[in-house]
Amino acid sequence: MFQSLLIANRGEIACRIIRTARRMGLRTIAVFSDADETAQHVQMAEEAIHIGGAPARESYLNIPAIIAAAKRAGAGAIHPGYGFLSENPAFAEACAAAGIIFVGPSASAMRAMGSKGSAKALMEKAGVPLLPGYHGTEQDASFLADEARRIGFPLVIKAVAGGGGRGMRVVRAAGDFADALRAARQEGASAFGDDRVLIERYLERPRHVEVQVFGDSHGNAVHLFERDCSAQRRHQKVIEEAPAPGISAEMRDAMGAAAVAAAKAVQYQGAGTVEFIAQDGSFYFLEMNTRLQVEHPVTEAITGFDLVEWQLRVAAGEELPARQQDIRAQGHAMELRLYAEDPARDFAPSIGALQVFRLSDQGLRIDSGFVAGDRISIHYDAMVAKMIAYAPTRTEAITRLRAGLAHSDIIGVAHNLDMLDRILAHPEFATGSIDTGFIGRNAETLLTPKLQPSAQALALAALGVLSLEAQTARTQAATSADPHSPWHATDHWWINTRPARVFDFYLEDEVHTTMLSPAADGWHITIGSTEISARHAKLEDGRIHALLDGMRLSASIHRADEVISLRHHGQSWRLRLPDPIARAGEEEGGDDWLLAPLPGQVTQLLASEGQEVARGDVLVVLEAMKTVFRLTAPRAGRIETISCRVGETVREGQILIQFASTEAEAD
Amino acid sequence: MSVLRSTLDTGSDSFAANAAAMAALVADLEKAVAAAEQGGGKTARDKHLARNKLLPRERVRALIDPGPPFLELSQLAAHGLYGGGVPCAGIISGIGRVSGRECVIIANDATVKGGTYFPMTVKKHVRAQEIARANRLPCIYLVDSGGAFLPQQDEIFPDREHFGRIFFNQANMSAEGIPQIAVVMGNCTAGGAYVPAMSDESIIVRQQGTIFLGGPPLVRAATGEIVTAEELGGADVHARQSGVVDHYAQDDRHALAICRRIVAGLGPRIAPQLALRTPRAPLYDESELLGVVPADIRAPYDVREVIARLVDGSEFDEFKRLYGTTLVCGFAHIHGYPIGILANSGILFSESALKGAHFIELCCQRGIPLLFLQNISGFMVGQKYEAGGIARDGAKLVTAVATAGVPKFTVVIGGSYGAGNYGMCGRAYDPRFMFMWPNARISVMGGEQAASVLAQLRRDNMEAQGKPLPAEEEEAFKAPIRAKYETEGHPYHASARLWDDGIINPADTRRILGLSLAVACNAPIEQTRFGVFRM
Repeated sequence: MFQSLLIANRGEIACRIIRTARRMGLRTIAVFSDADETAQHVQMAEEAIHIGGAPARESYLNIPAIIAAAKRAGAGAIHPGYGFLSENPAFAEACAAAGIIFVGPSASAMRAMGSKGSAKALMEKAGVPLLPGYHGTEQDASFLADEARRIGFPLVIKAVAGGGGRGMRVVRAAGDFADALRAARQEGASAFGDDRVLIERYLERPRHVEVQVFGDSHGNAVHLFERDCSAQRRHQKVIEEAPAPGISAEMRDAMGAAAVAAAKAVQYQGAGTVEFIAQDGSFYFLEMNTRLQVEHPVTEAITGFDLVEWQLRVAAGEELPARQQDIRAQGHAMELRLYAEDPARDFAPSIGALQVFRLSDQGLRIDSGFVAGDRISIHYDAMVAKMIAYAPTRTEAITRLRAGLAHSDIIGVAHNLDMLDRILAHPEFATGSIDTGFIGRNAETLLTPKLQPSAQALALAALGVLSLEAQTARTQAATSADPHSPWHATDHWWINTRPARVFDFYLEDEVHTTMLSPAADGWHITIGSTEISARHAKLEDGRIHALLDGMRLSASIHRADEVISLRHHGQSWRLRLPDPIARAGEEEGGDDWLLAPLPGQVTQLLASEGQEVARGDVLVVLEAMKTVFRLTAPRAGRIETISCRVGETVREGQILIQFASTEAEAD
Repeated sequence: MSVLRSTLDTGSDSFAANAAAMAALVADLEKAVAAAEQGGGKTARDKHLARNKLLPRERVRALIDPGPPFLELSQLAAHGLYGGGVPCAGIISGIGRVSGRECVIIANDATVKGGTYFPMTVKKHVRAQEIARANRLPCIYLVDSGGAFLPQQDEIFPDREHFGRIFFNQANMSAEGIPQIAVVMGNCTAGGAYVPAMSDESIIVRQQGTIFLGGPPLVRAATGEIVTAEELGGADVHARQSGVVDHYAQDDRHALAICRRIVAGLGPRIAPQLALRTPRAPLYDESELLGVVPADIRAPYDVREVIARLVDGSEFDEFKRLYGTTLVCGFAHIHGYPIGILANSGILFSESALKGAHFIELCCQRGIPLLFLQNISGFMVGQKYEAGGIARDGAKLVTAVATAGVPKFTVVIGGSYGAGNYGMCGRAYDPRFMFMWPNARISVMGGEQAASVLAQLRRDNMEAQGKPLPAEEEEAFKAPIRAKYETEGHPYHASARLWDDGIINPADTRRILGLSLAVACNAPIEQTRFGVFRM
């Protein structure tokens, strides 16, 4: 076994690899880019070496820099993690050339599996089921029609050069084939300048099921059962589980055998995944991933093996730690991928600082590469953590994950926690029979639900704001000249009267007025026609707890100026609370006129009557005392009248431009 | 320190009856305050809101820090006066925290007769300024006033404590380094124009605030010039041309935000010049104060039961416990602030007056503030006591009270009659704050005594003419006198005329005293120079 390991990756996977390597007594060496100087993987490793700039091609994809770092650190082996260089045969070869063990398959195995065409040919030879289809060069229409009949319907015609659904036609009956072929060709020709097509069996509701395989240098190959990764958004997996629900024992055995056959076909060494698409008890080879997968923890959970440890042992030339008959699956594991992205805005990645980053680990495994305060960089993948539940049953695993989500918070960036919860709560997901189209079909309810905050959520928001204010007041009191003064109290006491505190929470443009009237031992809260009695409000570790009408509820709360981030019952709210105090910085005199600040001559007029201008736009150029003055719009608005001309000499204080009034004049 | 042990049975019928009686008084007080808070009524409020202006109480709320208390003063000013049409005397005054600093806030209520100044308005305004000056609190004026209420000009214009005093106070407070800030949120006419002009820093709200010595009607009458209020004294005139104001705000909230920014930038306040302790709650709940005091104001009770519910840990180091027992004196802490307490426990005799004077000397020597808990029917009368020199000993107490330089606080928890009011630091003796419980009574003597004294005089008079005074006739004579004293001795009558700073719920007493003590700590503790004590 080598004595030291360089991890050529970042984020959660680097941290996860370091954990196992350290347990095995290996010296761990991290590499990092400019953006990751203080990242968690850098802090966790015993040593860390800077390898380049923030863009991945300058650092985590920079083969010479990584090899140089490995040499400098005297690393015995390199683990590439997933992504980046993990499936790059050139990197494996560079490692070999440098005399460093590459933790992964051979370059030739990668190459064999790297090309879809050659992989499929290999698999066909090894007896692995492929999706029926025609991928040949013969493009004659009647030949293709014959092929179509052979493949069976429904089928899909795809432009060879196609992508993104263009040049693609689903055909459900033989009679429609000719027309569809013509259309697909036309589209292919116009879009890609290539009218060649291929034909494949079309699966209406395909599931994504993959099998974890492992091979060693002694000719052994095993599988560690399957994972179901059908919960995908735009071909990105978001929830993975093992075992795949509803798969028969025969199908499981058949898939396992096919996957082992696939691995053996390329003398596979290390961890690999054979991906299939499955429908109605049939499965077809999709591709093989020659690396450790993001979702490997669910396999670890049900088998009880540490797959990174297996990788390291195999890389060191050891035999596989277990034989096929010793590998058993027990229980059910499910993994959620937590992303810094906004599901409601087409999964736009969200960058920024993790102001709050708190993931519940109650009965869960959390693989994360971040802590609160870290920044999500534009340069790398937006996945911030994985949450894995392992329980006796699928239902119990879901329950644990939902509880975990409810008690987790990410504030500072957009995140997909709410979406994950909605998926977990969806009745179709509960049946365990979703296909890869599930999220897309249910986009409206899963991704962009139009929700109104509940009265409870608003009540918690209001109580949370009060508690935060009280917290600030306590801090200020402690440092004041009179730390115990009763003036530091925050109970809104007012002699002989206790006026209500009113919060106007804005959700987009909608205002949710929440009124708190003092009651004997708490607050009486009024939200529209809903009345809530609130007692025992307590802010603890960023969560507000309160007894609302006899029910103890809680929500996490964070305030950054006017933005209140609230998370309650698996639902996040971003409420805006306009703060009048924050307005002191507003421009004074952002008013209806532009006045001449001093006597001078107008040399340029850059605006016209009726024009809409923004604050700060240059409207008039004035020359005085041999100096040019560029006079800017004092506020945004429409210009009503211009009362000066180019060349005119104006006196100080003269109105040059009059804006249209923004509000009705006070009478 | 020694701890007061309460012997009060809070489960007794008498406690329940006392508490119920006091609770009824408190409920009536809260009702009266709630009514006064409505200001000029719905029509006036709606009109005010329609102009996009915040109501005066909303202005105060937006100005002060959210959460901390607001110690509103003289809530029942002008209660029942001027036909009842000037709630709160048309002005809100009080102490609140602005940017962490305790400030006096004075806000005109334009919904009440256009925010014009009635006699009690002036008195309330000046009183708030006095509090600011004594405690060195920054003053914030939220101006929205049409100036003097002209029909009563003779009662508000020329005298020493009339309108002119407002500006005199502003100038002198400014001279003493007490910041003066004005926010012009509406009219600021005639005399009112000097409020912003005399301020250290001022803010005006655009198209809402106006400042002029003479309004458009007066200008037209005087010179024939026709001009709008905005052209005459609007924000643009004063922020750009006249320089009468320093800041130009978009609306009420913006103006208040600027005001908060100004306060945040004021220099530091002084540190409290008292030996502070960590506050502790009394051993007995403050809310029990409602049941401590007998419903019958004349019934005796142990005032230590009151003290035990006011002071930290119910700890009270009594002074001269065995001497002059009708005046209870001792040291304690309230909200961590040290305090010397003088509380009546019966009629003042020579010994109790001497004890009180001695105790005040101690507190002044040690720089400890004084609290007077008034429940006093007066000094003892009678030949023996006159001969014993009770006037001389009473004078000692009055001298000590009058000249004590430490902050003084007075709470009338029962009767406040005759010279007892003076010896126990009544309004004339400049307590920093003076509050009354709703059961209190204040008059030169009790209604019954007054009726008896007057009936006696009448009987003497009639008997001199050889006519007897039948019992039923005497009763008919006494009843209206009793009624008059009952009305005029009532705390609402007192509060309406600014004889106090407000009527308070007994259960709030501890908090209000804590707030008052904290406020007083903004000013240095004065050295005392006593007058000549008649020996």
